[in-house]
Amino acid sequence: MNTRAFTMQLIAIAFAIIVAPLLIGWVNQCRAWLQNRRGPGILQPYRLIRKLFHKDAVIATNASPLFRLVPYVQFASMGLAAGIIPSLWTGLPFADAADTIALVGLFATARMFLALAAMDIGTAFGSMGARREMLVGFLAEPALLMVFFTASLISHSTSLPTMVNVLAHGPLAIYPSLAFASISFLMVLLAENARIPVDNPSTHLELTMIHEATVLEYSARHLALIEWASALKLFNYVCIGFALFVPWGLAQGLGNLPDLAIAVPALFIKLVAVGFGLALVETINAKMRIFRVPEFLASAFLLAVLGLLVHLLLGH
Amino acid sequence: MDYTVYGLAVETLAGAVPMRRIPVRPDQLRSLCSAVHEAGGFIHALWASDVRDTTGGFLLRVALQDDVGLVVIELLLPAATPHFPSIADIFPAADRMQRAAYDLLGVRAEAADRRSWVRHAAWPDDCFPLRHDYDATRPHADADERYPFVRVTGDGVHEIAVGPVHAGTIEPAHFRFSVVGEKVLRIEERLGYTHKGIEKRFETLPALQAHKLAARVSGDSAVAFSWAYCMALEMICGISPPVRAIWLRALYLERERIANHLGDLGALGNDAGFSIALAQFSRLKEDLLRINQAAFGARYLMDVVVPGGVARDLDETHRQILLETIPGIESELNTLREIYDDHAGLQDRFSGTGRVAPALARQLGLVGLAGRASGQTWDWRCDPVYAPYDALNVRIAGSLDGDVAGRVSVRFQETFESLRLSRIILENLPRTECGAALPDVPAGGFGVGLVEGWRGPVLVALETGDGGRIRRCHPHDPSWQNWPVVEHATIGNIVPDFPLINKSFNLSYSGQDL
Repeated sequence: MNTRAFTMQLIAIAFAIIVAPLLIGWVNQCRAWLQNRRGPGILQPYRLIRKLFHKDAVIATNASPLFRLVPYVQFASMGLAAGIIPSLWTGLPFADAADTIALVGLFATARMFLALAAMDIGTAFGSMGARREMLVGFLAEPALLMVFFTASLISHSTSLPTMVNVLAHGPLAIYPSLAFASISFLMVLLAENARIPVDNPSTHLELTMIHEATVLEYSARHLALIEWASALKLFNYVCIGFALFVPWGLAQGLGNLPDLAIAVPALFIKLVAVGFGLALVETINAKMRIFRVPEFLASAFLLAVLGLLVHLLLGH
Repeated sequence: MDYTVYGLAVETLAGAVPMRRIPVRPDQLRSLCSAVHEAGGFIHALWASDVRDTTGGFLLRVALQDDVGLVVIELLLPAATPHFPSIADIFPAADRMQRAAYDLLGVRAEAADRRSWVRHAAWPDDCFPLRHDYDATRPHADADERYPFVRVTGDGVHEIAVGPVHAGTIEPAHFRFSVVGEKVLRIEERLGYTHKGIEKRFETLPALQAHKLAARVSGDSAVAFSWAYCMALEMICGISPPVRAIWLRALYLERERIANHLGDLGALGNDAGFSIALAQFSRLKEDLLRINQAAFGARYLMDVVVPGGVARDLDETHRQILLETIPGIESELNTLREIYDDHAGLQDRFSGTGRVAPALARQLGLVGLAGRASGQTWDWRCDPVYAPYDALNVRIAGSLDGDVAGRVSVRFQETFESLRLSRIILENLPRTECGAALPDVPAGGFGVGLVEGWRGPVLVALETGDGGRIRRCHPHDPSWQNWPVVEHATIGNIVPDFPLINKSFNLSYSGQDL
């Protein structure tokens, strides 16, 4: 690994960390517009994070060191994931070390730590949230893996940069299997990022929460890191989606300036479109009953498997 | 019902709401309550007064609704042992009222459940704040806070304690869930966190000014409470407000109903994750409140109802504005109703959630909006004696489903009906004075006001003392009767549906904690 590759890798991670809250801000802004509200502006998540970093943390007396550790684990895992997922260019040295299966594992690790932290304090809500989070997680992961397998059958690799290179720069082809996989992936994205219709990120009703219930006991810098990690998680998922289904515009290798001059605007155009789409989905849907979530994610899994079968049958 | 066949003396008190007063002996209380219950009647309220300085002992009163109208049963209890037979098995809603009566006055129902209700740790259990010899200036130590909840045991059963401090900015109450996984086996409410001594405060006020306090018992029912209060006071004074004032009061009440229903409909959508509904309904509600401010001088219609009439007349300009805005609200509401009815995700959350079957509603004495959503066809506004509604032909709303969808549907129906009534009132507003002079308030008077507020029947019972002061005032919110039904509605549902069920009832905390 030469110095330039390493620097570019760090820049890619830093870029994701910095830009991630902007996506949340944009989604919230679009939601406000769709509801005829004015909205707080797309920089609001940054203000929230800054505010939280300036506050004093309140920690339950019976919290174990694990409880303090988990926000950092969350943030680190999501930052690491951002190092594997190509957002602007495909030349990511870390991606050689960790493929998509490792990526799913990384997300699972983060979730497991979050669930442990939620149960650490011993409140009813924490345990309830952890239980529901695991329910969503163990159903969403197989569907996500199936989506990756569909794409890897096409590219003959489980490494994301390779997939992008094949899909974006290989011979132009229409892959029906990816159509199924993309719908499945969208459903997984909604579930994994605690968006409507699976979870409601803006609810104050502690009994209905899934993700929020797991982080109820956090405050100040810990909460800031968790909020930031959540934003990063959404950014990562969206970038996975771009890499698999709309990879055009991504610079190859470490990228040269003309390529990057295309890659950066392309990414932002895609983010703007996806952010609006996400807000639209969240506006026209109600939150489903929690026991509909398994049906929802089973459909996602089924669609991903269908994509796989279509690929095998059509032989693309 | 004819009570003379039981050998009882029935005294009829004239007023805006005619009331029959029946003194009974302890052995007659239960049989009379049973007779009313079997004839399809239900309980409004149960409260007590300290009358040791006048007739001696404590006076227990039970307000019932029978097929004719309002009946108040009076039972005089001896000062030494103020015990009375419990009627909680006949009217389950009476249970908490009986417990509250003990907390405040020391009159004890002979019932199994003797846990305190409104008394938390604020005063010891041998102190009874509503007794006239209670010295409010004397400090007392914090009392025991233990409150044994009913425990559910079994394989995999665990408890979830929610509140009194919640994640959102809402009123305080404690809910104890016994659950298996997500399924609720039992939920027990504990209220009383907002007890602030409203009844005691009434006793320090002149009767002619206390309508302001009545309006603040439950802020969302300001008109209902202040009208019921004024009704009771006018009954004692033997006067009747001018017709225009009564019509204006009805206009206020209907606008209060519309505002609350709009707010609730939006909040119900929001609790199901459909936040666009909240934005739209909130906007409609806000428009209504702003017109209230312009036309009546108060957004939430505080202090617009005063003894003898209304605080200010409605001028012609604002009458026109009020009339002109009605069609707009109606058409927007129609659109929103179509969206609610056609939205699969929303209907999936609403339908079958928090169901109270009509038979259960009847047994538990569910009243008001929630009662009508569970097949209880009673709306005080449809009663022929209740002016001005006797002239308005109110069409009763209803549903037999008894679930969240049913309560949503009843809210839509009632909002449309209230808009229709508002239009009739505004078009036919009688041209008379809108206030009457009140005579000196007679001492030793007793009056009751009953108003169909947006949540259900609001009752205010008033006793006057010397010098135009209040001797005892009991404002009664229908939440008393409906809170226990929320427990039943939640059984068998899943934990994350509870906020939706609770919101579909939207009961008052402050109004019942007093």
